[in-house]
Amino acid sequence: MSIDLSQFHQVFFEESYEGLDVMESALLNLQPDSVDPETINEIFRAAHSIKGGSGTFGFNDVASFTHVVETLLDEIRGGVRNITSETVDLFLRSVDCIRRMIQQHDAGEPCDIPEAQELKASFEAMLAGGSSAPAEETAEDDKSVSEESSTPARKGWKIYFKPELDVLRTGNDPLRMFRELESLGSLRVTADTSALPLISAIDPEACYLAWTLELDADVPQSDVDEVFEWVVDESDLKITPLALDGGSTEQGEPSTSGSTPTEEPSDDTTRLTEGLTAADSEQQSAENPNSQPAESATATEQTAELKPAEAKPAVAKPAAAASKTEKAKTEVSSIRVGIDKVDDLINMVGELVITQSMLGELGLDFTIESLPKLLEGIEQLSQNTRELQESVMRIRMLPISFTFSRFPRLVHDLSRTMGKKIELKLSGEQTELDKTVMEKIGDPLVHLVRNSLDHGIETPEDRIKAGKPETGTITLNAFHQSGNIVIQIIDDGAGLNKARILEKAKQNGLVSEGDMLTDDQINDLIFRPGFSTADQISDISGRGVGMDVVRRNINELNGSVEVESTEGEGSVFTIRLPLTLAILDGQLIRVGNHTYILPLISIVESIQSFQGMLHRVVGGCDLLRLRDEYVPIIQLASIFNIESDAKDMDDGLLVVVEGDNMKVAILIDDLEAQQQVVIKSLEENYKKVDGVSGATILGDGTVSLILDIAGLIKLAGVQRYEYKSVSGGDDYAA
Amino acid sequence: MAEQQNDNATITSINEEISDAIAHEPTEQYLTFFIDNEEYGVDILSVQEIRGWEPATEIPNAPVYLKGVINLRGTVVPITDLRLRFGINQFEYSPVTVVIVVKVKAGKSEKIMGIVVDAVSDVSNFTQADIHPAPELADNKNTAFIKGLGSSDNKMVILLDINKLLNAPEDVDLTDISRALVK
Repeated sequence: MSIDLSQFHQVFFEESYEGLDVMESALLNLQPDSVDPETINEIFRAAHSIKGGSGTFGFNDVASFTHVVETLLDEIRGGVRNITSETVDLFLRSVDCIRRMIQQHDAGEPCDIPEAQELKASFEAMLAGGSSAPAEETAEDDKSVSEESSTPARKGWKIYFKPELDVLRTGNDPLRMFRELESLGSLRVTADTSALPLISAIDPEACYLAWTLELDADVPQSDVDEVFEWVVDESDLKITPLALDGGSTEQGEPSTSGSTPTEEPSDDTTRLTEGLTAADSEQQSAENPNSQPAESATATEQTAELKPAEAKPAVAKPAAAASKTEKAKTEVSSIRVGIDKVDDLINMVGELVITQSMLGELGLDFTIESLPKLLEGIEQLSQNTRELQESVMRIRMLPISFTFSRFPRLVHDLSRTMGKKIELKLSGEQTELDKTVMEKIGDPLVHLVRNSLDHGIETPEDRIKAGKPETGTITLNAFHQSGNIVIQIIDDGAGLNKARILEKAKQNGLVSEGDMLTDDQINDLIFRPGFSTADQISDISGRGVGMDVVRRNINELNGSVEVESTEGEGSVFTIRLPLTLAILDGQLIRVGNHTYILPLISIVESIQSFQGMLHRVVGGCDLLRLRDEYVPIIQLASIFNIESDAKDMDDGLLVVVEGDNMKVAILIDDLEAQQQVVIKSLEENYKKVDGVSGATILGDGTVSLILDIAGLIKLAGVQRYEYKSVSGGDDYAA
Repeated sequence: MAEQQNDNATITSINEEISDAIAHEPTEQYLTFFIDNEEYGVDILSVQEIRGWEPATEIPNAPVYLKGVINLRGTVVPITDLRLRFGINQFEYSPVTVVIVVKVKAGKSEKIMGIVVDAVSDVSNFTQADIHPAPELADNKNTAFIKGLGSSDNKMVILLDINKLLNAPEDVDLTDISRALVK
């Protein structure tokens, strides 16, 4: 029985990446002074899984490198060695190194990383250097390769291995262990099939076999123990030195020298064998995606865990990955979806099918009497559709922790290079966000965090001088607010230097000398294109990607970014994003015979009779006095050059909307229905149109344009002035 | 010797025939249509479908020749009126007014666009020999949008380079594109 292992490579790579992520985040959590044994165990388990997997799949360079890492980890785990920040750094570098090795294997390139040798050497030096404590604590503790263990000079080991019946169910495949043993030396395997029940009584997922293995290899017993490490508690395992058991090899069936140890029992019931083999391979394919041992705390199966990954098969379908033998290096993006979400979806599709057959039956023999029933059916159908749509959207939603997870490392590395002490706090990591939005928000977020690190947080000396704690804090916070997702980057650094910003802006001609700006407006200047504070450029931030790019990227996602800052106390960057890019709650509006859609979320209120609140401005933009604010009025008909019903402004209707951090009132003829619309791109076949963010198709099949508030403001040439807190004087606008 | 010469002559003539065949082989098919009694053609491989005129949703501040966008089975497709694009006064749209939906290459991607014409005429085959280069008129850049003039059965068809034509910036003046040629 030979299984083409390459079909599982992709799964192994993905799992290894996950394992590396686990290692990385655990390493970053490691405090050198107070070592949490569970954290070390977590790192160890992840490393061990990678080592085991890479050994199984024949990536020996990864396996041997990981082995050295694991050995050192094991010494730390056993308390033989103390962990220092240098060790943590070394481990972090080795995580990077392993990741690169696996990436190269993944890409099918020959693996050649000079750094690996160098790192391996430094690990080995560290191992040889001094394990201060005595090494004979437990059997596990003397696993170190460089250490001369007290192995007697016997030739090998005889192993009797009788796993419990459900060994396969726990994901431990004896075949894999044997293969690992075989990597130590030549192996003879004899299967004991005496426990096999009659075929009628057989449980295909149970393992009825026991094996006697003879390993000709000059290795310490600990190496053999290690192979069986995961099953030692659930099996009958006897390991005896071979020499003590001299003549017992006569029933040994020599293994075929190939890479697959014989596992078929020498039973002549071929059907039984086939059944077993099939069960075994089935087991293998079923377990492989989760071949991390069940004990591993990281492999929380079937949770609502979702993973964006470069090439990840859905967890329920390992076969899909298997069929993908051709490893195209195109970014096949896929997501790992919680089983509950898929179940929901299946339930809903079931309901939809029921409704459909009900309606179908009704249609075959329709009389006017069954009209109420038809209407009821249609009502049900629309509910099904809505629920289905929500579930499908939910599949695309991922917790934002996938984006946040890259920041601990970033902050760790950067704060070190900059000589600053920075603590990163994350909150709201479970906030869910559309995958597309998440992919696009990553880079702007990195830029903002770098910016806070570099310009926000001061050096420890400066902080002490300013009477602040030496360690600065950056908080990443995400939460939902009124149908938007809000991400905040909060630092307790120096805050924006308003005087300097204003000075720079005047130099760059963004602001003329006489302008009076509010604090918010000054802060907002950093997002303007052409605003560069060249003297601040470092290699961390300010590398040509300005805040204006951040704002532009976020605006492209129909989001907004703003900054609040108090000098000396820190800054808060707030990003607001729509939950999804594909569907929008829209308010249909009418101007003349044109129907447009306003995003419902941007609408503040609508005002029917506003005669008394109107302030005509000659040669400028008319204003609406709304309580204590003056709001500029945009006449949609005039900026779009279309006919409107209202001959005079007073006949229309004003919709007050908010966009691009300001309020405007849009003059329209009428409000129509509210509905969810699917956003279609205009640019796909045409081009970007000013004031329009996209198009959609209405129920009657016609195309309707979705208005873009920020674009309308620009198109109307409304200046960004704040008309706030006018002291009730009607003469203001005259 | 004489025989060999003979052979050589045969080979030469065969080669000529082959190269002739190669040169003539690609006959290109063009969908031809009328605008203002002038017959135009577009490469049939770029034509996706032909459909009747239906009202389109206007795009604000778009050029006058852009009639708007329509819903083509879920895709938003812009419609250009070629008459207006060529600066000819607009015809009353009638049931025979047709929209030719074409696929246009734009960089690496493809765009789907519609063009309004007076009437569809025929599918014509032209070999390379039938296609004459458009006359170079010093003051007329518009010939860039014309592949050539195809002639067959005593008629002349203006073969449009639809990729260039529909990707042309809006401010390129295409008026009188036909008159420049006919003269």
